[in-house]
Amino acid sequence: MIVFRIFFILLLFSLNQAKALIEVDITRGNLNPLPVAVSPLFSEDETNKKINDKIKINNLGEEISIVIENNLRATGLFNPLDKKAFLQTPDLAHLKPRFEDWTLIKAQALITGKVKYDDNKLRVEFRLWDVLAAKEMIALAFTTVPTNWRRIGHIISDKIYERLTGEKGYFDTRIIYVAEEGPKTKRIKKLAIMDQDGANTKYLTLGNELVLTPRFNPTNQMVTYLSYFKNLPRVYLLDIETGIQEVVGDFPGMTFAPRFSPNGKKIIMSFAKDGNSDIYTMDLESRIVERITNHPSIDTSPSYSPDGEFITFNSDRSGFQQIYVMRKNGSDVKRISFGKGLYGTPVWSPRGDLIAFTKLHKGKFYIGVMRTDGTGERLLTENYYQEAPSWSPNGRVLIFYRETKTDEKGDGFSAKLWSIDLTGYNERKVYTETDGSDPSWSSLLSN
Amino acid sequence: MYKSLIISTGFHIFIILFALFSLPFVAKKPLDIPPIISVELIQITEKTNIPFAPKAKKIIEKAKEEEKKLVSEQAPPKKTKKPKPDSIPLPDKDIVKLKKPEEKQNPVKDDSKVKQVSEFEKKEIFDPTDIAALIDKSKENIAETDKISKNITQSQDKSLNVTGLTLSEEDALKAQIFGCWSIPLGLPYNKNLLVRIKLKLKPDGTIIDSEILDHARMNKPGQNFYRVLAESALRAVQLCQPLRVPSTGYERWKNIQLNFDAREMLEG
Repeated sequence: MIVFRIFFILLLFSLNQAKALIEVDITRGNLNPLPVAVSPLFSEDETNKKINDKIKINNLGEEISIVIENNLRATGLFNPLDKKAFLQTPDLAHLKPRFEDWTLIKAQALITGKVKYDDNKLRVEFRLWDVLAAKEMIALAFTTVPTNWRRIGHIISDKIYERLTGEKGYFDTRIIYVAEEGPKTKRIKKLAIMDQDGANTKYLTLGNELVLTPRFNPTNQMVTYLSYFKNLPRVYLLDIETGIQEVVGDFPGMTFAPRFSPNGKKIIMSFAKDGNSDIYTMDLESRIVERITNHPSIDTSPSYSPDGEFITFNSDRSGFQQIYVMRKNGSDVKRISFGKGLYGTPVWSPRGDLIAFTKLHKGKFYIGVMRTDGTGERLLTENYYQEAPSWSPNGRVLIFYRETKTDEKGDGFSAKLWSIDLTGYNERKVYTETDGSDPSWSSLLSN
Repeated sequence: MYKSLIISTGFHIFIILFALFSLPFVAKKPLDIPPIISVELIQITEKTNIPFAPKAKKIIEKAKEEEKKLVSEQAPPKKTKKPKPDSIPLPDKDIVKLKKPEEKQNPVKDDSKVKQVSEFEKKEIFDPTDIAALIDKSKENIAETDKISKNITQSQDKSLNVTGLTLSEEDALKAQIFGCWSIPLGLPYNKNLLVRIKLKLKPDGTIIDSEILDHARMNKPGQNFYRVLAESALRAVQLCQPLRVPSTGYERWKNIQLNFDAREMLEG
């Protein structure tokens, strides 16, 4: 019996040896943008005519494809190929792509689609194809009113982004910011909102009062911001969908940067009471104000972690302005920034893994990120003056504003919105109609 | 007179004997030079192929027969159609010489066997018909791989079954796939980001079949990122094909497993 067992084990061993497979570990790849072909969405002549009569756009399918193309290009992760190189017509490509034709132009992913207009409703369908595997990856259809066509383009972009990268997109979102006009000494500041690609700008205030630090509610389309009324700071709540605005409260002294808690039920901010600036929260239902920090130093710019359990803020309690993390009740305060220079405006990433900040060192401003324990500090961009980073809802991109120097005559000043992704390579100017500052990124509208 | 002569002779004999036996102890000891050991360079495959048991001998003979069949099946047309007759008779002569010493099992003549095999191979390396092929392959940055593989006879090649690809062969394949693999950046770097793909290859490196070994994981809830990662790995091998595989030893690498791990890249 023992002999038989030994023989059996030896037999198994020999079989294992015979089937030994060569294994090669691939631990590196490239971060080059993925070549994608965004074919114009096909629409019949009759559909084009009807849509043109309705919203004055000649070929809506092509316009939607341009929105998708621009979104994908702006991420820095995709390289949309020139449409002139396409060999297959949009209608045939949508039915069944000739993958050899798309491989020939080095496309790895293909987007096709079709636009239809019936009963005053716009129906847009799209398909994402894996060219190398010659298979469909995702196919969806949306129905809406024709004027909503840009949002359809953004939603399709989100679906494509999610399918190809594995994380949620950030295209069907909006950005609220302070629109600025006029000379530096006499700036008119209005609250403005636009799509993340700079389209559909709307002004929410008239510019009579100074507005500061607008912030989106992470759960809905509410905005909180600070405005000075008769030289007194007031915190406002504004519902963008209904336009209804309400005052949350008048606060004494200098009040800064109100921001929502992750569940949207509280506002956290800092204000000065008895000459000492500390962090407070206010419950939006009960309007009860709770003091979180109590320290003779200046504590400002609080931001919640996505789970609501921790708060990051900046304080000069160590003698210089640095970033700290504490529990939501104000206990366990820990300093996390230890680099040279001053650190401020910490913002917790929606993914929860990083904290973005502004750093001032040797007269230059940096936007950077660090882990929540302060390790792994990375400076993404450097400039003369830039601050107020705000995360995209997927935690991949930061939007901030950057000011330019004025010349000797006091001219040449400007403030513009910029975005940069976590790699630090994809820095882009965000289009705004006027100058802009203090941007805040909304959550996904289609959630 | 005779007495003094005898004394003198005896004295001289004594001195001569004294010089013979005592002086070597006075003189310095000679250098203790270690004995010269002859070192013999033997290729490992030759050593491991030595039959040491009758059963093993039978197995090896069987393997040789199969090998002969393989040679006839896989023999490249180039060698049979060579216009120069010199290159053909040389190996035959050598093979005849090789067989005789094996029968006698004479270790001295085994040395000559090793030498003759290596000479035969050297002649193959400098075969003028192969130079063009070598130049072509150097253009593809795989000259090193080719040289190594050309030095390996088919019997030696079979013995590499267990050891897998050589370092240079593996490096060539890795370098090719590195360039083709676009890593999706949205992956959570704190999760298991290993995708194992089994490939069935043609002799020219094109893919007959590809299989994701942890396929079930793709459809598990919360593992969407794994599907994205697996698809990116599949795209990489599709894009890279024909893969840079060694020009010989197809049996060795016709099935190959690629382990794609994005963690190193994403953690930075």
